[in-house]
Amino acid sequence: MNNEEKDLRYYAKVHSVESLGTVDGPGIRFVLFLQGCHLECKYCHNRDTWDINSGSYQSLDEIFDKIMRYKNYIYPRGGVTISGGEPLLQHKFIFELFTKLKKENIHTCIDTSGMVALTDDIKKLINITDLFLLDIKHIDDEKCKDLVGKSNKLELNFARYLSDNNIPIWIRQVLVPGYTDDEQDLLKLKDFINSLKTVERVEILPYHSVGEFKWKELGLTYPLEGVRQADNNDVKRAKEILGIN
Amino acid sequence: MDFEQWKNFKKGDWQSEINVRDFIQHNYTPYEGDDNFLAGPTEKTKKLWDEVLDLYKKEHDAKGGVLDIDTKTISTITAHDAGYIDKDLEDIVGLQTDAPLKRAIMPFGGIRIVEKACAAYDRKVDDEVENIFHKYRKTHNDGVFSVYTPDIRLARSSHLITGLPDGYGRGRIIGDYRRVALYGVDVLITEKQSELDVLNTDELTEEVIRSREEISEQINALNELKEMAAKYGFDISKPASNAREAVQWLYFGYLGAIKSQDGAAMSLGRTSTFLDIYFERDLQNGTLTEEEAQEIMDHFVMKLRLVRFLRTPEYNELFSGDPVWVTESIGGMGIDGRTLVTKNSFRLLHTLQNLGPAPEPNMTVLWSTRLPEGFKRFTTNLSIKTSSIQYENDDLMRITLGDDYGIACCVSPMKIGKQMQFFGARANLAKTLLYAINGGRDEVSGKQVTPKYAPITSEYLDYDEVMEKFNQMMDYVAKIYIKALNAIHYMHDKYCYEAIEMALHDREIIRTMACGIAGLSVVADSLSAIKYAKVKVIRDETGLAVDYKVEGDFPKFGNDDDRVDKIAVDITKNFMNKLRKHQTYRHSKHTLSILTITSNVVYGKATGNTPDGRRAGEPFGPGANPLHGRDTNGALAVMNSIAKLPFDSAEDGISYTFSITPGTLGKTDNEKIDNLVNMLDGYFTQTGHHINVNVFDRSLLEDAMEHPENYPQLTIRVSGYAVHFTKLTREQQLDVIHRTIHERI
Repeated sequence: MNNEEKDLRYYAKVHSVESLGTVDGPGIRFVLFLQGCHLECKYCHNRDTWDINSGSYQSLDEIFDKIMRYKNYIYPRGGVTISGGEPLLQHKFIFELFTKLKKENIHTCIDTSGMVALTDDIKKLINITDLFLLDIKHIDDEKCKDLVGKSNKLELNFARYLSDNNIPIWIRQVLVPGYTDDEQDLLKLKDFINSLKTVERVEILPYHSVGEFKWKELGLTYPLEGVRQADNNDVKRAKEILGIN
Repeated sequence: MDFEQWKNFKKGDWQSEINVRDFIQHNYTPYEGDDNFLAGPTEKTKKLWDEVLDLYKKEHDAKGGVLDIDTKTISTITAHDAGYIDKDLEDIVGLQTDAPLKRAIMPFGGIRIVEKACAAYDRKVDDEVENIFHKYRKTHNDGVFSVYTPDIRLARSSHLITGLPDGYGRGRIIGDYRRVALYGVDVLITEKQSELDVLNTDELTEEVIRSREEISEQINALNELKEMAAKYGFDISKPASNAREAVQWLYFGYLGAIKSQDGAAMSLGRTSTFLDIYFERDLQNGTLTEEEAQEIMDHFVMKLRLVRFLRTPEYNELFSGDPVWVTESIGGMGIDGRTLVTKNSFRLLHTLQNLGPAPEPNMTVLWSTRLPEGFKRFTTNLSIKTSSIQYENDDLMRITLGDDYGIACCVSPMKIGKQMQFFGARANLAKTLLYAINGGRDEVSGKQVTPKYAPITSEYLDYDEVMEKFNQMMDYVAKIYIKALNAIHYMHDKYCYEAIEMALHDREIIRTMACGIAGLSVVADSLSAIKYAKVKVIRDETGLAVDYKVEGDFPKFGNDDDRVDKIAVDITKNFMNKLRKHQTYRHSKHTLSILTITSNVVYGKATGNTPDGRRAGEPFGPGANPLHGRDTNGALAVMNSIAKLPFDSAEDGISYTFSITPGTLGKTDNEKIDNLVNMLDGYFTQTGHHINVNVFDRSLLEDAMEHPENYPQLTIRVSGYAVHFTKLTREQQLDVIHRTIHERI
């Protein structure tokens, strides 16, 4: 089946699900990983989620029913997190899903780069999303283009919009030694975060190379070959610069 | 009845009849707070525990982990002199033999087993003992093998039915040890004498004669119990008068049981809230401080950690790590809506901190979504720190068992003092499926084990044909299985009767015939493969199906996929119904467990390639767990799959072992606790029955394998019990490490 045959409000390309998510939002999360990404992050540990043409379609009802099987665990403290890939590529579907979930009072969350234009549809979705996990790819625009293949303008705008509209944000920063750990960049990031008024948490995600095998399985060269993993000291230092604990 | 020892207790029916539940309900104080009141170990406790640790070390260094054996004394309630760890330091006294960790011989179950066990540790049974049991005294084991039929023997030796208690004590009977403390032994004897009156009937039928003989045995055992306590300087003919005595009296009751029986599981019951009533009274009187209360519980638990039985290496393969299942059930809710959690529930669990983690007693929290928040957070936090607690669904069990039941062994619930079970180990359903395909020939040996059925001869397996033959084979297995169990329990009652445990029961009790199944997830996946993919049979030159090739994908148990989960549910119900068709010894009620203990490894070893792609010899999933690595949708999907298995058809328990890395459970300590609480609330609301919770990193276990000396107290939970990780065989250790540990990358 190709995209034209499916009404993308009612079908999603799914990569996988994790019924017990505990680090992607508050409480226990049902995490739906959607297939497809328009970025090319060098450190991506789910390289197999990029291709929008792979993965299988699942219907809205099917996914909703599956989530509801976990209501006893995820309600009321936890909720549902949509991750990816870049989930906002399938924002029409997420809007329909979240509309149904809000009727059940289930907490909704999207784990995104925010690298999308703020169309009316996206704004509608933002309105019914309780929390965004916003992965700031790089605060420096040039370095951002090099690291993920896109300018950071859209995501910074996106963050600003969330803040202006009182939508809670957890900022995430993947810490890659030699790429995202420059002191000046981190200070700049700190200023940016401080300019937002709805940031509830800032999380440093230390880079690790466990995703390397997925690149190799796809016959690709791993772009960060030889780059060391971030350790506890790196994280500590970054947190100190950012002024978080 | 009235006793000065009952001063300040609220009156009730419990004074005119043996009724411990009534006493508890009238007198206990529910506790809804947190753990702030708890006290650390006293100097005395620390000193005594250091001495125990020293003994542990000596035991660990001794051959086979057995410190000493009394090869001369046939163990009974009164056979051994008093024994101590360090008399002046012990708040609670009493050992199985005259020295700590010295194991006793209990040949009434079977002399050969005792001889074998002694030989394994370079000892020899005393000549006179051998003489008595070979020449004059028949044992349970002799009895069983004198009546076993050829079909039972074949099913047994081919591992179709496994782990049967025909050569070792059956266990799984919980005496109501609280009765000793509340009433004193004399009242219990009087009660038993009045039962003899009831049994003075016009016709002495076989049934009545047996009952009268058993009650006479019970009265003898109660008298012996007094004699045993007297050796330690205590008169337990009257009720206990304070908390320390209550714990001591209760422990003496239990000690009587473990001196006279070495059953596979010698569980304690549900004692902590009962004892809390005594602690509260003393605290109110001002005769006891919190430190002293904790000290008594710490010392009690030390005694429970010293319980040992003499086992053969074969037995250790089935139940590895020297477990005794001193299972204590903690918490739960009363049917009037009050929680049964008391301060003493906290004290008992707190021993895991004061003395460090340990497998025994087998701490079993009866979980209800309505448990007080403070208790929920306390126990889950301890789970995260120690991996030493299992949880069972009180909201589910209370429906049929009320609020004074306890767990025997791992997952077997029974009303305390009112119910017992005939332990039946388990049938290997994965092998049964292979026999169905091969017409009753063993897939490993090629031997015809069952009567000749028509084997399947097609190249590809057809679901309907396989199901038809599998049904026939399950019919056969159910029949042989009940036959074997009837023979075993008849003989156990006759030659190895649990007099003291049964003396602490009512006269009229519920008996269950507790059957079990192993390999459920293997069977469900195999049938799913046959139904949803294509399974090609590979046969050897004699036509025996020895391997299978799966073409295509299929739904696998453990992913909350109804297509395969329903198969598992149907098999459970179906096999249960087949068992019900057969008449049981003493009209016991048929029940079923989905539990393997650590024998999933041994059963797997004895079972050939299966149609789900599992290779010959590979372990089954433990209990109701999915097969290793087959679950791909996260832990909650596994829980949902297992929670579908119907408790109605598996009332003897459904075991799930869950392991997760600390980081995967959540970020901060508080989040981890919150998440685990939510997970347990969710799983039990889904009607899951049991869960072992392990929180550890794989790397920790790998390190413990290489450097066991650094991890003397590292405890992990396996199917239904906890064990010192370093006491497992290397094979078992690898199984634990390879078993799905939920981990987020």
